Amino acid sequence: MILDFIISKYNFWLYVIIMMIGLYAMLAKRNLVKKLIGMNIFQTAIILFYVSIGVKKGNVNVPIIVGSHGHESQIIHAADYLNPLPHVLMLTAIVVSIATTGVALAVLIQIYRRYHTLDEDEIIQIKQSRQETGV
Amino acid sequence: MTQHFPALIIVIPLLAAILTPLIGPLNRRLCYPWLVLSIGLTGCLAIALMAQVIMSGPISYNMGNWAPPWGIEYRIDQLNALLMVLITGAGFLGSIYSGPSFAKELPDQLTTATTLYLLMICGLLGIVITGDLFNIFVFLEIASLSGYGLLACGSPDAPLATFRYIIMGTIGASCYLLGVGYLYISTGSLNLADLHNLLPGLYHSRVILTAGALMLIGISLKMALFPLHAWLPEAYYEAPSAVSGVVAPLYTKVGGYLMIRIMYNLFEPRFFTEIVPLTSLLSWVAIIALLIGSIYAIAQKDLKKMLCYSVIAQVGYIVLGIALANRAGFTSSILTMINEVCTKSCIFLATGAIIYRIGNSRIDNLQHLFRRMPYTMLAFTIGAFSMIGVPPTCGFFSKLYLLFGCIAGGHWTFIAALLISTILNVIYFFRVIKVACFEDPKPDYGRTEAYPEIEVEEVPAAMLIPILIAASSIVITGLGSHWIVANLINPMIPVGF
Repeated sequence: MILDFIISKYNFWLYVIIMMIGLYAMLAKRNLVKKLIGMNIFQTAIILFYVSIGVKKGNVNVPIIVGSHGHESQIIHAADYLNPLPHVLMLTAIVVSIATTGVALAVLIQIYRRYHTLDEDEIIQIKQSRQETGV
Repeated sequence: MTQHFPALIIVIPLLAAILTPLIGPLNRRLCYPWLVLSIGLTGCLAIALMAQVIMSGPISYNMGNWAPPWGIEYRIDQLNALLMVLITGAGFLGSIYSGPSFAKELPDQLTTATTLYLLMICGLLGIVITGDLFNIFVFLEIASLSGYGLLACGSPDAPLATFRYIIMGTIGASCYLLGVGYLYISTGSLNLADLHNLLPGLYHSRVILTAGALMLIGISLKMALFPLHAWLPEAYYEAPSAVSGVVAPLYTKVGGYLMIRIMYNLFEPRFFTEIVPLTSLLSWVAIIALLIGSIYAIAQKDLKKMLCYSVIAQVGYIVLGIALANRAGFTSSILTMINEVCTKSCIFLATGAIIYRIGNSRIDNLQHLFRRMPYTMLAFTIGAFSMIGVPPTCGFFSKLYLLFGCIAGGHWTFIAALLISTILNVIYFFRVIKVACFEDPKPDYGRTEAYPEIEVEEVPAAMLIPILIAASSIVITGLGSHWIVANLINPMIPVGF
């Protein structure tokens, strides 16, 4: 009974598990790079969710229009093709996620140059000792 | 030509941002006029669009000529026309101010900062203009990414604060995206107006409920609503002056705009007031936000950090107005946004000017400032009065409507909380004004020669003029608040309030 419930919606279970792994990394890891990777996993889980909702089982096509461009071309019935829209949306979301990672990595380089470490506890210690000495 | 204004208002800053890296290397001095020119042009378009909306009602623009439920629709009504004018207005003032400010704080990154500044304005305008939920996500990330870049340019500690903001902001955007996905699998549509018609039949579905919750949590993270505010003070405090003078007034308000859109335009008001009674929870969160924000603001020793906490308190006012779910509350939330954009750009730019002259913004170091920088401090005082809610500033009218909203809803405890928070506002602003106006620096007993005369040393005109314009806009929007309510807010009040 429960197994059927899990198997029938396995794509949702998978994306939730991956998402929670990402969330765990962001919350629990003290290393900033690991936090960043966790953030990336979090975003990827949502991308997988979107991609999986476009899937249909059975005899379905990829193209929406059959025949070449022109008079013979014909739009096929909506039930007979995979929904391409979530996939197209995710192309944009992948670009967004890569850009975010890029910006975050650049910021991490700046952090490393200032503190010479990427461990959050150490950075907080260094910051506090610098504030006390007024540097 | 006129019918393509909705597309041009996005295209001009985007194109200008792309061209900046080509212009910058030719001559770095060209960056500044280029920035002011392109944002000024965008501002003219925003004003033209607002005039058009006031005269002939909402505009719908089909991007690429694809009909709405399938293509991306740019839909401009009174609310986002107003926000576009506010965004370009604050962006324009910030761009004038950025000339001397960037030259002092980021002399090596002038081209990059200009590019990011233009992208940020493009992203913010895109969020408010578009009527497509996925498009909102894309523009939200354009605005956030350019914001991260600009904030990280600040002081040496800025990258660390920005990294926290990146993590929190990305979780927020991802939650929003997930919510949009849930709406899409239940309805097959991404268009806001289309979804508004499709959703009522599904209001009792748990998927829709989850979608609404995820989207609201995502937006709350982006707008720094109370328990999710931890990233904001550090990130805004460490930023360059010209950047915090634009980011602080705009980002949280655009979040407030999205909250209004989701709660009352995507869903019908009855979904969040009756089916899922979230508004009562949200109003308590808002009350805590505005009290905690003010209390933290009092505890700060640094002027700029105090203002960052004041931003968090103001988010509470906006959300309280939204969550009251009545006519006066809705009016007050939009008036608070207008007030916040004018006031926060005035106060943050004035604080930037103080940092430009003194080097830091510790409250202990502000003595004699009224004599040294009279115009800046005059603008600061007007801004402080507006935050407190002294008539005839805009802040008075937004608080008045908020009180009317609480009375109409019968929430007497909220009225008490609002009055307490007003007193807290008075405390933390007058502490600054007291030091700047009445106190003398600590006497130096070993000194034998006379103290030098205090001279007026104002900041350059390019920094002073935006501050004064922002200060006068506070009074103008206050005096014109009747016109704003009648022409821009009343047509937007959701059905059923």
